[in-house]
Amino acid sequence: MNAPGQDANDAVIDVRGVQTRFGDAVVHDGVDLRVRAGEVFALVGGSGSGKSTLLREIIALQQPSAGSIRVFGHEVVGLGDERALPLRRRWGVMFERAALFSALTVAENVAMVLNEHTELPPRLVSEIAAVKIALTGLPPEAGAKYPSELSGGMRKRAALARALALDPELLFLDEPTAGLDPQSASGIDELVRSLSEGLRLTIMMVTHDLDLLWHTAHRVAVLGHGRIVGLGTMAELAQSDDDTVRQYFHGPRGRAALEQAWKTK
Amino acid sequence: MADMALDYGVEVARRTDAPNSAASELRCRGVWSVRTIAALERALAEVDWPAGELTVDGAGLSALDTSGAWLLHRTLAQRRAHGAVVRLQGFKPEFTALLQLLSARGIALQPPLAPAPSWLAQAGRQATSALRGFWHYLAFVGESTLALLGALRHPGRLRWRPILRNVQIAGVDALPITGLLSFLMGIVIAYQGADQLQRFGANIFVVDLVALAMLRELSPLLTAIIIAGRSGSAYTAQIGTMKVTEEIDALRTIGVGAQDLLVLPKVIALIIVLPLLTVYTDVMGVAGGMVMANLKLGVGYSAFIDRLDEAVQLSSYWTGLAKAPVFALIVALVGCHRGFQVGGSADSVGAQTTVSVVQSIFLVIVTDALFSIVFLWLDL
Repeated sequence: MNAPGQDANDAVIDVRGVQTRFGDAVVHDGVDLRVRAGEVFALVGGSGSGKSTLLREIIALQQPSAGSIRVFGHEVVGLGDERALPLRRRWGVMFERAALFSALTVAENVAMVLNEHTELPPRLVSEIAAVKIALTGLPPEAGAKYPSELSGGMRKRAALARALALDPELLFLDEPTAGLDPQSASGIDELVRSLSEGLRLTIMMVTHDLDLLWHTAHRVAVLGHGRIVGLGTMAELAQSDDDTVRQYFHGPRGRAALEQAWKTK
Repeated sequence: MADMALDYGVEVARRTDAPNSAASELRCRGVWSVRTIAALERALAEVDWPAGELTVDGAGLSALDTSGAWLLHRTLAQRRAHGAVVRLQGFKPEFTALLQLLSARGIALQPPLAPAPSWLAQAGRQATSALRGFWHYLAFVGESTLALLGALRHPGRLRWRPILRNVQIAGVDALPITGLLSFLMGIVIAYQGADQLQRFGANIFVVDLVALAMLRELSPLLTAIIIAGRSGSAYTAQIGTMKVTEEIDALRTIGVGAQDLLVLPKVIALIIVLPLLTVYTDVMGVAGGMVMANLKLGVGYSAFIDRLDEAVQLSSYWTGLAKAPVFALIVALVGCHRGFQVGGSADSVGAQTTVSVVQSIFLVIVTDALFSIVFLWLDL
């Protein structure tokens, strides 16, 4: 897999020296990473390594204790909701537990974003909602259903449809395959790849799913002990001799995914 | 915002290079994105489409997102449906890929609309759902009764800790608000009556007015309504949220009945608490009346208390107090039942909480009226 955009200047996300402390607990102790335009970038690490916290800091839901985070060249640390709005319109977020609005149908969930941010006529809004729902591989009937009537995999797809509502340039996925059966999970693999290639999105995801990493990620960063301990393609990381990285990729499940990946190649 | 500066456009021209004049050209220009398609759609709607071959020129297109691609896709599909032969030219490869992606998905041009049900179907659906709701309620009352009987047979199995906690929350914590409101109610009654009584020189009868009104009617009713708003709603919201987060299912799998853990302690606690609160609001209400009688009618405290002894028979006190446990049962059961009726959404928690409060206050007042009729028959 070739990572597009090798030029360091076109970093969509630029994290420098981020530190995060909760009381005495140090979560990040100087994290640096850059995500290039058009790539699928994955952030991995053990439970409690601060992956999701870093993601929340990048999407300006949480503040780091120190450091700088630039998205599309704009500093997001210390940005108020008001000033974050133009940036937020340019990215879409899919939350781990989907976070669909339970009182609205799937189509209304997508339409709500469009209605908030555009002045499209109602008919066009419902058409575009249907387009997004179809793009994520959901059947057309799913649009009229409520989130509680959907399976876990369909709920994730619906959340993705909502994240794509405004045609973002950058997509954040928090554990896109967590809690899914292997078949739904590999459906999400396909989906991430088709979004990256078909819509040329920059995708940053946080995941535990080694299969997803092998199949979709151009570059992977491993978070451990509060900093990035490994960065590169999956093939490069598999050769790494850092302890944390080795533990991560050479555990029993890591090996299985590795063998699978070599076989399919 | 950047929206102002976005350049976009569409124009249709007859092709000059094709003299047979059946060919025309659609030129797309600038940014076709979610921000511009509203205007583009209006422009496209005004186009007077010539018949025959249509060439779509995308050379001037600088950006195309899925929304823009959808508008183009839809327009072209409609043209094709009108018999036009459509050719694309000059599109960047990624734009062509996006258009192909959309046509590959085979998305319906009209979004599916749920047909509106007829009024007859709607009425039928509402009637069956009301019947089913009543049925559920009966089943719930039955289950709770069984659980209560079971608990009475084995009192050791009762969960005293949650009962005491509920007594604390629904009773002790409610003392300030119920006390204040009944005190004010006593003041209001005495004040309203004072004018009339003064006219007849019957000042001392303010005692009868305040004491009978508070003890027989207002204090049990007022307390039950406050508790319905304070605790009944909390029960619905708590159980409803637990249902949304599947905690109720978890309880069931652990082998703990939701009735035993969630409903019985609340019902028992309220049955204990509401009569006690009623006694307390009786006292506070009469005290309020006493203060007002002293200020406005010149009835001294000792005269008031002397008269109280004659004015109030024990039966008046008991008839008021007897309602309290019944009201408690209504508020607790309706509150819990509504909680179990919550469906999977946050909205449903809010809706059921509203229904819970409205329904329990309604039932409390209706029951109060029934009590009045029964007491009249019994000559109490």
